[in-house]
Amino acid sequence: MAREATKQAAAPVLELRGISKRYGRALVLDKIDLTLTEHEVVCLIGASGSGKSTLLRCADLLEPIDGGGIVLDGQPVRADDRDADTTRRQLGIVFQGFSLFPHLTALENVALAPRVALGLTAAAAEKRARALLKQLGLAAKANAYPDSLSGGQQQRVAIARALATEPKVLLLDEITSALDPVLVADVLEALRALAKGGMTMLIATHEMAFAADVADRICYLEGGRIVEQGSPEKIFGAPRDARTRAFLRRVRSVGASALR
Amino acid sequence: MTAARSARKGTLVAVVSTLAVATLVAISIGSSPSWPLVQKAFFDGTYFSSSLPDVIGAFAINIQLFVLAEILILPIGLLIALARSITNPAFTPLRIFATIYTDFFRGVPSILLIYVLGFGVPALRLPGVPKEPFFWALVTLVLIYSAYVSEVYRAGIESIHPSQERAARALGLTRFQALRYVVLPQALRRVVPPLLNDFIGLQKDTALVSILGVVEAFKQAQILKSANFNFTPLMTTALIFLVITIPMTRLVDRLAAKDRAAQQGGAR
Repeated sequence: MAREATKQAAAPVLELRGISKRYGRALVLDKIDLTLTEHEVVCLIGASGSGKSTLLRCADLLEPIDGGGIVLDGQPVRADDRDADTTRRQLGIVFQGFSLFPHLTALENVALAPRVALGLTAAAAEKRARALLKQLGLAAKANAYPDSLSGGQQQRVAIARALATEPKVLLLDEITSALDPVLVADVLEALRALAKGGMTMLIATHEMAFAADVADRICYLEGGRIVEQGSPEKIFGAPRDARTRAFLRRVRSVGASALR
Repeated sequence: MTAARSARKGTLVAVVSTLAVATLVAISIGSSPSWPLVQKAFFDGTYFSSSLPDVIGAFAINIQLFVLAEILILPIGLLIALARSITNPAFTPLRIFATIYTDFFRGVPSILLIYVLGFGVPALRLPGVPKEPFFWALVTLVLIYSAYVSEVYRAGIESIHPSQERAARALGLTRFQALRYVVLPQALRRVVPPLLNDFIGLQKDTALVSILGVVEAFKQAQILKSANFNFTPLMTTALIFLVITIPMTRLVDRLAAKDRAAQQGGAR
């Protein structure tokens, strides 16, 4: 609640304005408006196919959008190549399937973008990478290759890698759904620590308990639209929309895992 | 204990059956009434030892040709592969050129191209254009094998899952940086065995240069053959090629096995 107070005055960091996206004929995102202010943690919930992952990929300019616009830190983002590379450096994204680089060690995975994309010296990039690995509890694994790490460790390396360009917003795409329940706890703990540190995050997740715990705001997506949004207390405690209620009922009866 | 014993038993069975088959083949060939004649024409010990120094000396040309060609083929093949992988519409002419290049030089028999370039181009008498057969032999081999090698590279590049490039781009790397630091290092590691395979073919094809009158191992053997009316020098040449290519073949096998093991290890 204390955080809530400081947030009122905070400036918007990432504004998605009327984002639309089609795959062929299917309209996957239907004029989505979503604004993240500084230090805010927003969780996207909804069934598979509701558009959560697509929204994150569009926000990171990994997918061309068919309508609407993106404003990052007050600057409208254009999708042409050079501009997109600059934008991506200011946004970190973590994927469900880790996508670590298997030919590089954990340290090299994290140091690559600072060195190559930001132009830091090798020593400075390595220093930053070591600090991030330490922050995520992986100091001992710096020289390990992804193959020899557990799923949870790999996902934490991926988070460290996404943080290495010092992004303004961290986008997380169902990053725990490929992990077994024991490992999920490690990763969620790491995210909680990041949230406490003031990281602005947009998280697509199936972990309702985690969303309730970490989010400042929950958005329920269905059919490419934000059906309802509000504080976790509101969405989980007293959802107004019938569709949100139906979704939550289903989640509670079958368990989140069945929705993946 | 039992595993070791059964392994030993397996080796024994393999040795015995191999020896039995080899003996049978030797007996059936040796029993042919004309075998002594064939043996004298193809496997004469005196001609073998007398031809060996000359053929080995001439083989230096094959090695030169092979090494020079390889040094040129590796980067040229990569450039062609990259030209074919560019999706940017502005580079469409380059992509079309690369596609035609690979289609053409993989489709034309090497021997024809050697004739055309080795005899045809010098006949134009263009000022400044080299006339040496060795040069044109080198050009032919580079043109043909760059086409093959570029396809090997391309297969390697395409075998890297698109999520790798996407992850690199998501970090803010440019398309070129993603290729240079993420895709290529993984792709090149995968294509080493098939690349070596192509180079075994290249080593053998260095004998084609003889057509242009370059005295390399095969040509030297032909000269000796004609001088003595005996085919043994050709067998000497065959042996020398085998001495070089067989170890390389084994190396390819071993690298491929290692690669498989690594990939299975990675799939855990």
